[in-house]
Parts: sequence; structure tokens; C-alpha cells
Amino acid sequence: MAEKTVGTPLVKSGLAEMLKGGVIMDVVTADQAKIAEDAGAVAVMALERVPADIRSQGGVARMSDPDLIDQIIAAVSIPVMAKARIGHFVEAQVLQSLGVDYIDESEVLSPADYVNHIDKWPFTVPFVCGATNLGEALRRITEGASMIRSKGEAGTGDVSEATKHIRTIRGEIAALSAKSEDELYVAAKELQAPLELVRLVAREKKLPVVLFVAGGVATPADAAMMMQLGADGVFVGSGIFKSGNPVERAKAIVKATTAFTDAKVIADVSRGLGEAMVGINVSDLPAPHRLAERGW
Amino acid sequence: MAGSRQTIGVLALQGDVREHELVLEKLGVAHRQVRTPADLAGIDGLIIPGGESSVIDKLSRIFELREPLIAAIAEGLPVLGTCAGLILLATRVIGAIDGQQTFGGLDIEVERNAFGGQLESFEMSFDMPIIDGEPVRAAFIRAPIIRDVRGCAIIATLPNGEIVGVRSGACVGIAFHPELVGETRVHAWWLNSVVAGAQR
Repeated sequence: MAEKTVGTPLVKSGLAEMLKGGVIMDVVTADQAKIAEDAGAVAVMALERVPADIRSQGGVARMSDPDLIDQIIAAVSIPVMAKARIGHFVEAQVLQSLGVDYIDESEVLSPADYVNHIDKWPFTVPFVCGATNLGEALRRITEGASMIRSKGEAGTGDVSEATKHIRTIRGEIAALSAKSEDELYVAAKELQAPLELVRLVAREKKLPVVLFVAGGVATPADAAMMMQLGADGVFVGSGIFKSGNPVERAKAIVKATTAFTDAKVIADVSRGLGEAMVGINVSDLPAPHRLAERGW
Repeated sequence: MAGSRQTIGVLALQGDVREHELVLEKLGVAHRQVRTPADLAGIDGLIIPGGESSVIDKLSRIFELREPLIAAIAEGLPVLGTCAGLILLATRVIGAIDGQQTFGGLDIEVERNAFGGQLESFEMSFDMPIIDGEPVRAAFIRAPIIRDVRGCAIIATLPNGEIVGVRSGACVGIAFHPELVGETRVHAWWLNSVVAGAQR
């Protein structure tokens, strides 16, 4: 490889490795992107409406206006991610042409295909995808995802689903790595994932890509808990700009994500932050409005 | 030689800390994560990993590591900075965010994201005169380029002349990630030729 080679699996997953230990923040304007960068975000996620607004306003949620994405890319020097609908490969082509650094094939938007996810291998831009369990994570990686995040229940401020997903994924990896070689055939069948990938996870005791947590993270303590549960980093969606004091809350979540084992730091940064986002309990959501069930 | 009673610190505020630790483990070198000023005591060298330079800068101030790090570098602590780590060692940064600071150590000017965004990130093999044998393989992830080297020695240049590695005394900065691709020779060179020979 004596020439510069772009878009290799290593280059795609490499950017996610650089984001580890960081906080990725949802932003809907260039001003918010700048605030996020100044507060210590490791990347921003550009979208038209934060999940809390998608929930309250309803309707079909789609890729953002290209003008908005251009403005956000121009406003910051940190990586810019943007969301495409599940299965909407043309939205992904458009986002790649705009020069985003990562595409989130996201259940937060309305799915465009209820059977197929995007074939992510042909793209130069890397993809992050949501997963509720190990099998789902491995299927997304098989389709070319270079980073996995939990789905959580975005826009609720209720972290319980994110907790369930990260515990499930970590628990299933632990169980897999305890199996003998001859048990992995059935494990692959049960996980509905390729045997080679299942063997790799069993051997390495981790996913072959970075694992972040997303969905319902609203406080510094939420972020630190996700890190203690084994996340490589956190996405914060509505939790920052739907709160009373976005600047201070963003800084506090960044600090707590770094010092995630230090309860004193987490206590200090949690003082006087004002109102957290209002929040909806996931158990109060009617099943058709639960995002974690989108994607398979 | 690498491994003989050296303990290397890895600045663990944000970024690809684990990948550097894995290289050190492959080379049989003891390592420790540096998160507080106390963690700097007794280390023979420090790696500043890849990540977001603006974020690592902020976190180093928040967790009161900035001044101790500057003092340790000034006293001759051997340092290896990769990508964001290179930016944090440079005295001047093109494309920094408002208020972004660096630790210094390399009197150079470096340009952030100089190749472009992630679509322009790449991997390649290239010759490094300090590394014998096969060309070095490495990944460049939204990487910087060194634009002005002043008195520093150039240790890595791409075939088109872009400067991607410099050394000044015990301080080494590279724009790329050997640690992402399982390339251990750059770390081994730094341990054997820079850390082992440091006068402290």
C-alpha cells in the first residue's frame, strides 16, 4: 500500500477509536455545534430535530437539510456526524457527498426500509449503527458498520433502555467467550451472525469495533454509569440542549465521562446544573413509539 | 533495550489509549495510565495518544495536569505524541479552536485536519529512515501536517514531501497512528533510542 488508500475498514473504525472516552452531542444549529465544541464534545451529531422534538411533534423524521449540515461542518473543527434513515442508502450517498465524517443509520429517524439496512461496505464514509443485543451488533458489523452504539430510548431522558442494551451486549460477549470452540456453531446460529465474527468476538472478548452508549443519557451520573458499565464513550442527544443550562450541562457530562470512577468529581459537576430535560418514562410509551424496536 | 525496567505512562484523558497500551504490551514494556499529576511520578516516558486535541487540551486543564505536564516536558521527560498528541506538543497550531492551548516541546507549526475530513483519512506504507526493513505502515485519521519545523529534526516524510514526523531532543511527534495497524517498530525505536538514552 504505497499509495494513500481511503475508506478501508481500518481507516473507518480508526476514527471511532479516536473518539473513545468522549461525548458526542446532538446539535440542530451551527451555534449549538460551536457551543458543543467549546464545551469539550469529541464530535457533534447534526440533525434537524432532537429526538425529544421528533417524539412530541410526530411525523416522518428524515435526513437533515444539506444547508444545515454544510453550516455545521463549517462551524466546527471536530468530526461531524449526521443521521440517515435505516435502509435509506440514497440519504447516505447524499451525506457522504456533503463530506460528513460519520453517518448514523438511525432508528431515531423513520425507517425507509423495514427489511434491509444499508449495505455500508461500498461507502468511503464510516457508519455507526444502533444495537440492542450482540446479535444485532454483529449483523450491523457484517453489513459494514464501523462503530456500534446502544439504541436506548432517545428523547426520553430515561436511561434504563441504554442500561439494558449495554448490559445485554457485554453479558452476551462474556457468555460467548466462555463457550468452547464446538459450541460456537450453535451460538452463531442463535445470534444470527457469521461464524467467523462470532469466533473473533469469543476470542477477543470484545466487539471488533468501538461500542458507545446512546439514548436517554441526561445527567453526568448517567454518562459515568454507562462508562462504568463498559461503554467506550457516550452520545448525548436531547439531554443537553433540552435542559435548563446547556453549556454547563455539556461541560459537566464531558468531565464525568472522563472521571467516570470518581464519585467526588461527578458530585461536584452535578451541582447547580438547573433543570435536566423533562423526561418521559419508557414504560409510559406505547409500544409503537419505542425506537429500540426499529431495526433488527 | 525496550522492556528493561522502563515504565511508560499513557495520557488517558481521551482517545486511543488502549491501542498504545497494546503496543507496549507486545514490546514487553510496563505501562501506566496518566490521569492525575501523581501518575507522572516515576515514569520513564509519556505517550500522548490520538484523540481530539481540543478535548485533551481542555481535560488537561480541568484535571490540573497541564502545568505538571509542561514542567515534566521542560525537564526532559521523553514524550511520543501521535496525531492529536503531535498537535499538543507543537508550539503553534493552524486551525485551532478559540482558546486552544498546547503543552509545547516541539517548536513547530502544525495544521489540524490538514488532509481534510474523514473522507480523506487514509492508510499507507512509507519509508522512515530511522526504521530498518519494510516500509512503515500507518493510518492517518483526520491527521495534521507539520508546516514549519524550525530547529526540529524531520523523522518522517511522505513521498510527496508532506512532513509527518519530527524530533527535538527527547520529544517526538508523529501525525500518524502506527498503533492502529499493529506496527510496533516506531514505538520500539522511541523506547530504545529516545527513552533509553534520555539524560534526566
